[in-house]
Amino acid sequence: MEMLVASAVGILTAAGVYLVLRLRTFPVILGLSLLSYAVNVFIFASGRLMLNAPPILDPYSEGMSYTDPLPQALVLTAIVISFGMTAVTVMIALGGFLSDRDDRIDMPEEAGEDA
Amino acid sequence: MSLFLIVALPFLGAIFPALLIRAGRQAAAMSTAAVSLLALIGLLIHAPAVMRGEVIVARLDWLPGLGLNANFRLDGLGLLFAGLILGIGILIIIYARHYLSRRDPMGLFYAYLLLFQGAMVGIVLSDNILLLLIFWELTSLSSFLLIGFWRHLPEGRQGARMSLAVTAGGGLAMIAGLLILGDIAGSYDLTDILQSREAIQSSSLYLPALVLILLGAFTKSAQFPFHFWLPHAMAAPTPVSAYLHSATMVKAGLFLMARLWPVLAGTDAWFYLVATTGLVTMLIGAVIALFKDDLKALLAFSTVSQLGLITMLLGFGTKIAALIAIFHIINHATFKAALFMSAGIVDHATHTRDIKRLGGLARLMPITFTIATIGALSMAGLPPLNGFISKEMMLEEAAHTTWFGMDSFVPVLATLAAVFSSAYSFRFFAHTFLGPRRSDGPAQPHDPGPGLWLPPTVLIVLVVLIGLFPMVFAAPILETTAGAVVGGGLPEFKLKLWAGISPALIMSIIALGGGLFLLAGHRGLDRTWNAVPRPEAKRMYDVAISALTAVSRVVTDRLHDGAMTRYAAILVAFTLGLTGYAYLTGGIGPQTRPMIPITPIPLAAWIGIITATGCIVAYHRNRLLSLVLIGVVGLVVSLAFNYLSAPDLALTQISVEVVTIILMLLALNFLPKQTPRESSPARRMRDGALSVAAGLGVGGLAYALMTRDFAFPTISKYHLDNSYGLAGGKNVVNVILVDFRGYDTFGEITVLGIAAIIIYAITRAVLASPVRAYLLNRKPDAPQSGDAHPLIMVVVTRMMMPVALMVAVYIFFRGHNLPGGGFIAGLIAAIAVIMQYMASGFSWAVERQRYPYHAIIGSGVLAAALTGMGAWFNGKPFLTSDFGKFHYPPLKEFELATATLFDLGVFLAVVGATLLALDSLARFAWQPGMESEHPMDINPARDEDGDDEAEQPIREAV
Repeated sequence: MEMLVASAVGILTAAGVYLVLRLRTFPVILGLSLLSYAVNVFIFASGRLMLNAPPILDPYSEGMSYTDPLPQALVLTAIVISFGMTAVTVMIALGGFLSDRDDRIDMPEEAGEDA
Repeated sequence: MSLFLIVALPFLGAIFPALLIRAGRQAAAMSTAAVSLLALIGLLIHAPAVMRGEVIVARLDWLPGLGLNANFRLDGLGLLFAGLILGIGILIIIYARHYLSRRDPMGLFYAYLLLFQGAMVGIVLSDNILLLLIFWELTSLSSFLLIGFWRHLPEGRQGARMSLAVTAGGGLAMIAGLLILGDIAGSYDLTDILQSREAIQSSSLYLPALVLILLGAFTKSAQFPFHFWLPHAMAAPTPVSAYLHSATMVKAGLFLMARLWPVLAGTDAWFYLVATTGLVTMLIGAVIALFKDDLKALLAFSTVSQLGLITMLLGFGTKIAALIAIFHIINHATFKAALFMSAGIVDHATHTRDIKRLGGLARLMPITFTIATIGALSMAGLPPLNGFISKEMMLEEAAHTTWFGMDSFVPVLATLAAVFSSAYSFRFFAHTFLGPRRSDGPAQPHDPGPGLWLPPTVLIVLVVLIGLFPMVFAAPILETTAGAVVGGGLPEFKLKLWAGISPALIMSIIALGGGLFLLAGHRGLDRTWNAVPRPEAKRMYDVAISALTAVSRVVTDRLHDGAMTRYAAILVAFTLGLTGYAYLTGGIGPQTRPMIPITPIPLAAWIGIITATGCIVAYHRNRLLSLVLIGVVGLVVSLAFNYLSAPDLALTQISVEVVTIILMLLALNFLPKQTPRESSPARRMRDGALSVAAGLGVGGLAYALMTRDFAFPTISKYHLDNSYGLAGGKNVVNVILVDFRGYDTFGEITVLGIAAIIIYAITRAVLASPVRAYLLNRKPDAPQSGDAHPLIMVVVTRMMMPVALMVAVYIFFRGHNLPGGGFIAGLIAAIAVIMQYMASGFSWAVERQRYPYHAIIGSGVLAAALTGMGAWFNGKPFLTSDFGKFHYPPLKEFELATATLFDLGVFLAVVGATLLALDSLARFAWQPGMESEHPMDINPARDEDGDDEAEQPIREAV
């Protein structure tokens, strides 16, 4: 199981990095989304994998084992925040495209002049 | 009043004028003055104790590991300076109310002024030199805002930039100096540093520390050769000049020298550096001032000269000289602020500050004439005014000072400077108010209302009183202050107008006579002065700055060529290099955890996610397809969360997935549907190699992590053990979110709200630009469905709405004990509303929207904050939660926790933020004629004959 999760994280990262290095905004946004999946799963997995041990306490039975709740709490907010971040990037990309009719990531050559 | 509060008041109060300006200029001015007055009263409450020789201390360990503590102390020196800053501040506030014109944004002005005031008070009350540095930089920043207040004037902007560059540059040097000083003393607290004179002066690092600290002080106090910024800062509104250059900003450098006087002064290095700089500055400033025709420029250079005088006195290193320096600080603050204000009045009345165009105003503006004349005579050093006493004492000290074995060097130059200084003082009032009346300018200049002349009059009264009765009005405060500066052992001193026939009296008489002589010959001297070429500091500064700018532009352009993808590639490559190095040099230890066996269903999901990811990369040019595939990835990820014992994550992931995909679809509506193939094969190879390496690294790391036990015991056990007992919840993830780590969550919902508002702001900006025309006339680039709001979808979503909301409520309430909670419930509720948007269209949904989404976000953050504050009433820290078990038959026993209220805040913030983001995007699609009266386009129940056809949205297939 660990092998499956690790390889999935690796492949998501590779795909994410590849897309982030593309030249247009939309693939870059997709790449960022893939990277956030990879990062979220990675952080989640740092609590180690356990099956059938959700961190929902059962006060009536002793000796139950639970998986690590802390990375889950971190990842839960991370998922929501990454939605917010994706939305902002989408908006910036869209605003940029609508004003210049161009969705290239790299600045045009003359942009360096008024920096 | 606590010292913390005195320092904090101006900062907190800065919000009042900024807000109250809507209630009028008077309200803004009154609130500003009230804030300063309150701080002044708070300060003066401590005055009796300080005058008795006590030191008031307020300590707060802020970052003790760094030696940075929020410690404040109030001794005589702090009291004097804080009193000047706040007292003259109030006068300036009144003056500015009447000086600024109706077009000036007065609320902003007062807000800046209070920020500056707070920073100044912070400097003079800090007991920790690191804290002092923070306030020091704050004065540079806030004075930048004040000097450049008239941002439409290029001189204002340039002056502000120059003062920022010079004073903040000196501040950088000072940071290094003070760090060295603290290092030698072993503490960053002034109380400790002031005790370690021997250690500091015998240290080999004394000289570097001294030079660096003096660089900071000299730049701030406009000492030669850094004096050039001060005259250019005169482009500021006159109240700013009066405030910054009489009592505050430029005095900060003097304050620092006085503050550190006990540990730094008394050495040869101190004497030659400080006294010489002061002497040279005093002379040069006085000479230039005489030949300036602009009233404010004259005052600016006179300030430079007077600051030089005080610096020189501090540099002498004797206790009595330090006392005179303090005395002159008081005197200069009083007469110089009054003089700046009177120059402002003249400017107001005649619309010019050019001395050559002024004259004969004495009869027209008698009040202003009196103020300016008394102030100028005090500056010239004429008895019986306060300037005379301190100047004569200065000359007396100068007469005894030997410089490199020369007995006459200091006294001669000091007298020469005094000659010029009386000359420019005489010129200031004589050429403005006496002599013939010039013809140009407005016909009848007259005295202004009391709002403008009363503040300087208060100061002038002080000038006269201190001059006449120095032992009553100046000696007590001087004794306390100078005692604080020199650290005890102050010699006996007497302040008096008549000190008998002494060298100083003769020098004074020479100075006054020489001044009159120079004034008489001013016309000829002026011609000579203008004929002689002089180095122009401004030009040299500009050349230096433009050279620096050119160099940094070259460097920046090379580093930042605008190729964002290249930056990203460099970032990835660099990270790979670092981690590769770490991998090669470190060890990872043996595998310690058994692996979970692979079963067919997870394997199938794995195949699914791998295939989908591979296809995204392969087909990423087809944007719609890749979006669909991303959805598949998200789905598998949420399934995996569920399988791996994280039901909360699974629920969150799947609901976020829905919202994200809808958002991207909306955006894709406006973007090209295809990505062109642009990068070269070599480039794709490079990116492929980078990404494969990154993937291998991250995957390998994840694998290594998961197959090894924790190196240290984790804190998770605490949460598992106490979730039920302390927080009354069985769902530990939710309890962590709303209780144990509630503060983080509070930050997170705030960030989410901010993100949504950014999106809203971008939408507004885009829609206000010419893009709007394009959007309104945009033709869809693919055939559109004729039935945009299909009947079945409308009916089903209507039916789903209450069900979905009910599910949200259910998920919300069970969150504390079972998977669910505010985040997930919020997303579900948002999706329920989004479905209505999708089914019946944006316009239809907006019409039925009752509460603005901003308000929902705000109420969510507020609800969370209020819940957190509720804990204060129980005497607990912010966000401490409470819960109880209740039992009302026939209901079963249930629990209620305040954390549920907090979770309600999370819920509202998530609903508001999600909907605001999507709603903003949807606004782009609005076009005229899209409004539909009916929720669905085609409705068999509707009468089909009439004008319905016309009202239907026009959707042409292209």
